[in-house]
Amino acid sequence: MHEASSHLLSVRNLKIEATSYPPGEPPKRITIVDDVSFDLAKGKVLGLIGESGAGKSTIGLAALGYGRGGAEITGGEVKLDGTDILQLGKSGIRKLRGARVCYVAQSAAAAFNPAHKLGDQVIEATVKHRLMSKEEARERALYLFQVLGLPNPETFGDRFPHQVSGGQLQRAMTAMALCSKPDLIVFDEPTTALDVTTQIDVLAAIKHAIEETDTAALYITHDLAVVAQISDDIMVLRHGKMVEYGPVQEIIEAPRQDYTRALVNVRQAAREEAVDQTEAVLRVDHVSAQYSNGFKVLHDVSLHLCKGQTLAVVGESGSGKSTLARVITGLLAPSSGAITFEGRPLTPLLKSRPRDDLRRIQLIYQMADTAMNPRQTVRDIIGRPLTFYDGLRGSAKTARVKELLDQIEMGTGFIDRYPAELSGGQKQRVAIARALAARPELILCDEPTSALDPLVAEGILKLLMKLQEEQQLSYLFITHDIAIVKAIADSVAVMHRGKLVRFGPKSQALSPPFDDYTDLLLKSVPEMQLGWLEKVLTTRRMESAGN
Amino acid sequence: MRLREIPITAWVGLFGIALALFCALFAPWISPYGETEVVGNVWQEADAQFFFGLDNLGRDILSRLIFGARTTLIVALAATVISFSLGIILSFTAAVSGGLVDTVFSRFNDLMMSIPTLIFALVVLAVLPQHLIVLILVMAILDSTRVYRLGRAVALDVAVMEFVEAAKLRGEGKIWIIFREILPNTLSPLLAEFGLRFAFAILFLSTLSFLGLGIQPPTADWGGMVKDNKDGIIFGIPAALVPGTAIAALAVCVNLVVDWLLKRTSSLKGGRGDA
Amino acid sequence: MSNSTEAGGSPARSLRERFPLLSIIAQRMVLSLILLLAVSALIFGGVEALPGDFASTYLGQSATPEAVANITAELGLDRPLVTRYFDWLGGVLQGDFGTSWASRNSVSEQVGNRLGNSLFLAAFAAVIAVPLAICLGMLSVHFRDRIPDKIINVISLAAISLPEFFVGYLLILYFAVNFGIATFPATVYQGMGFMERLQTIALPTATLVLVVLAHMMRMTRAAILSVMSSAYMETAELKGLSGWRAIVKHAAPNALAPIINVVALNLAYLVVGVVVVEVVFVYPGMGQYMVDAVTVRDMPVVQACGLIFAAVYILLNMVADILAIIANPRLRHPR
Repeated sequence: MHEASSHLLSVRNLKIEATSYPPGEPPKRITIVDDVSFDLAKGKVLGLIGESGAGKSTIGLAALGYGRGGAEITGGEVKLDGTDILQLGKSGIRKLRGARVCYVAQSAAAAFNPAHKLGDQVIEATVKHRLMSKEEARERALYLFQVLGLPNPETFGDRFPHQVSGGQLQRAMTAMALCSKPDLIVFDEPTTALDVTTQIDVLAAIKHAIEETDTAALYITHDLAVVAQISDDIMVLRHGKMVEYGPVQEIIEAPRQDYTRALVNVRQAAREEAVDQTEAVLRVDHVSAQYSNGFKVLHDVSLHLCKGQTLAVVGESGSGKSTLARVITGLLAPSSGAITFEGRPLTPLLKSRPRDDLRRIQLIYQMADTAMNPRQTVRDIIGRPLTFYDGLRGSAKTARVKELLDQIEMGTGFIDRYPAELSGGQKQRVAIARALAARPELILCDEPTSALDPLVAEGILKLLMKLQEEQQLSYLFITHDIAIVKAIADSVAVMHRGKLVRFGPKSQALSPPFDDYTDLLLKSVPEMQLGWLEKVLTTRRMESAGN
Repeated sequence: MRLREIPITAWVGLFGIALALFCALFAPWISPYGETEVVGNVWQEADAQFFFGLDNLGRDILSRLIFGARTTLIVALAATVISFSLGIILSFTAAVSGGLVDTVFSRFNDLMMSIPTLIFALVVLAVLPQHLIVLILVMAILDSTRVYRLGRAVALDVAVMEFVEAAKLRGEGKIWIIFREILPNTLSPLLAEFGLRFAFAILFLSTLSFLGLGIQPPTADWGGMVKDNKDGIIFGIPAALVPGTAIAALAVCVNLVVDWLLKRTSSLKGGRGDA
Repeated sequence: MSNSTEAGGSPARSLRERFPLLSIIAQRMVLSLILLLAVSALIFGGVEALPGDFASTYLGQSATPEAVANITAELGLDRPLVTRYFDWLGGVLQGDFGTSWASRNSVSEQVGNRLGNSLFLAAFAAVIAVPLAICLGMLSVHFRDRIPDKIINVISLAAISLPEFFVGYLLILYFAVNFGIATFPATVYQGMGFMERLQTIALPTATLVLVVLAHMMRMTRAAILSVMSSAYMETAELKGLSGWRAIVKHAAPNALAPIINVVALNLAYLVVGVVVVEVVFVYPGMGQYMVDAVTVRDMPVVQACGLIFAAVYILLNMVADILAIIANPRLRHPR
């Protein structure tokens, strides 16, 4: 049964398995991808979306006949233009890779060889596969650098990976994939590691390049808003199985499955801001800070947080938002300015603060994996602040730990587990419980949901809001995600390069007129709307044409 | 840790170490003759009565080998324990304190490490009186520099993790942070390093004794036994090779066990630079 | 990041920015020199700071008060420490290491002859061991976790556990005594022919090579493996490059720095191994000189030898450092 395939890529019943070696148990076989089928026509883009562990990268790599880290393709077929690449031998597949099918990795920084120039690496596959001569390849590379909007395209190829920025590397990686004029490119989360304002440029560049060269693409991401801008079709994956598959319009505007609907609706909720009638629990007055090498990292920042409310501090990398948290906790002393906590001045350095002050300000980290001692059980982790601050031990301590586990919506059965046995969301909940154990007034949340999948992150945010209502907690919530800001903040502070560019109640801060940076930031956040990218780009072109 | 998961090589290693330990503990009872007892002719050949033959003074090699195990193990173990404790305490303190303390300790350590161990030992032993304690302390202090380097690398690896910072933010003292937060997470590489240091101590002690600067006669020590009997080699008498083989065998066993431990560690710091 | 907005900036800074590689290398060299100076002070002064009246220990049994006083005056031990140190240091810089207490001969003369011999032996061993170690390391990686690798692993593990003197005597017993094909003891002298010299030192060289080879091979294997598991190696595979090209073009340039480091570290180890091997084979080099001196507590010789060995060690480490810096593309081509 040979269907007349006008499809470039035809995947049928793909099954991928791997062997896992859990400590202390015999090795077992797990299925990473289970019975996935899809078609991709020439020049079209298919978005593969799902949370981490859904198997999307694995499917993308299977299109190159590659299994990363012990993953084996054990069933199904992957047909490229009618030929099943899984049946080709090693040399057959080698001929395809880098020539007809190319891969753009998530981390361009790691994927480039630090010892060679970018230009050489970009043309390497093309030349080695004898598709073009070296000069032709260089010309094509130059053309691609221009299409992708890289600065100084003529000399860009002479630079080394460590000499250019992350966004530029990602584009260079795309150029490397496009150089050999492949039929198919697999983009594996290419913009996940980038700042929002950089992401939009790279996204536009990729879209433009794909359209110009009429290449087909598999676009892998966990961000539905991003994939909606660039795909023709979308496949939603969960635990290695296909949940829904259809044209992008259908998926975004009329999803059929509950899971898809949940993904689409994530953080549509917005929160009513509280009226500013409580006294300030935290006041930051004209605080500046610098590192020991003299680098000024905060410039004259002033803001305040009212009791029982949430102040969202927004900024991209290098904005100083995390440094602000470090100054408040006392890890870094301000070079000028003062911080007042509950009406009293806060001792600048951690070591000189009284224990009670330390107790009342707690911090929740972004990566829950490294924020907890892997050798301690949940009981120890949550229980230590109880013993340290309140002197609770034995059964009194255990009782209180169980109470806290209840509050974070986890069963008491978790009490003797180790962090390695918990999922990402559960770890973060335990971190929250650890903070709560100290009975704090103020909790500094340093991007606690950035490393989590969207649905899990949603759950954490809901939990934090619930706890705030019940216990009148005040949150200083650091994030780069505007959607979170809209959902949970009462007041907003926007930071850029160490300066505070905007501060005020949410409704004010997020309404025009804007300063330049906030304008740029708000416009760069992808919305779950088809055609949003085109709109932004058109607006930009109009603005720059008008200047 | 399933017993079945331990590879054969590690079992061999463990067996060898156990055998040496046994000899060390029960030497006076299991040795056929005394440590310094002359029982026959110089370099008498091996037979049923004298399993390895007699040495350059007519003493039973097997007996001296058993007593030598005791000396070697005690001295090497003592030196390793002292060097390890010293190195870990200093390096962890440096890693946790940072700043001036770290700089001073580390620079001093670099200075001590820039002279090869053997050379340094030779210079120092040229001056100090011949005494067992002196020997142990010299070995320990010189070797602690290697332990310091590894300990600091491993501690820093853990110290930059956020849970250590979380403990600092809580207000925990340095002692708590070192012993309850950092140390438990560094046990695996540290254990492997202890084994490496022990193997090195055995070899180093034998080398010093061989050069005449280690354990003094008539106490039986494997290195010293090689020195005593080396002149026989020219005449084709293999007496010197017996203690030499013992040294090699014990070192191999320790290294086999260390190799197994290292495979279980995910991060490998330091390596085997034993210069 | 501080801006150099002052007109012109200081010349020293712009020099550092223009030649970052050279300035780092210069820095290392200066640091090594300072280290050497500190080591010389340590060797000289540290010995003095140790407990025990030196003169008494030196005389041992015959330490009567008059004898002690005599020896102290004769050896100049009654002068202040700092004076003695600078005297000594001054002499060293001019190539004069003083007079041996045991033989009353010039130390420098002995050192001159013997240093050449030791370096010759070490160099010969290095020339054989280094290429062999790198090849075996690469082979081990190529056959990773298969039979050849496992065999190499066990043999090298055994080799690093063998004391040098054991290997030496083993080789002597079999090759010199039983089969009679090698020379023992390895006596070399001035004016000896090159080939004859090589022949004489065959056994000591073999001993050195065996011990150093094992260490170097294991460390090379670890270095190469770590490079092979880098992300850019996966990229090379996904570009459809052949295994050979991936290794030569992508792995090798990045493995260069760690391998150089390994080699230099082990060459430094060779310096120490020479000492024991010279004693075993009765080879007239620095090692034997030092050991003999230590046994009779001939301090000027001990200090001289200690300083020279330390200097060679520091030099090798410095060269390793510098080569590793040069091999690092980030430093060769700064932003």
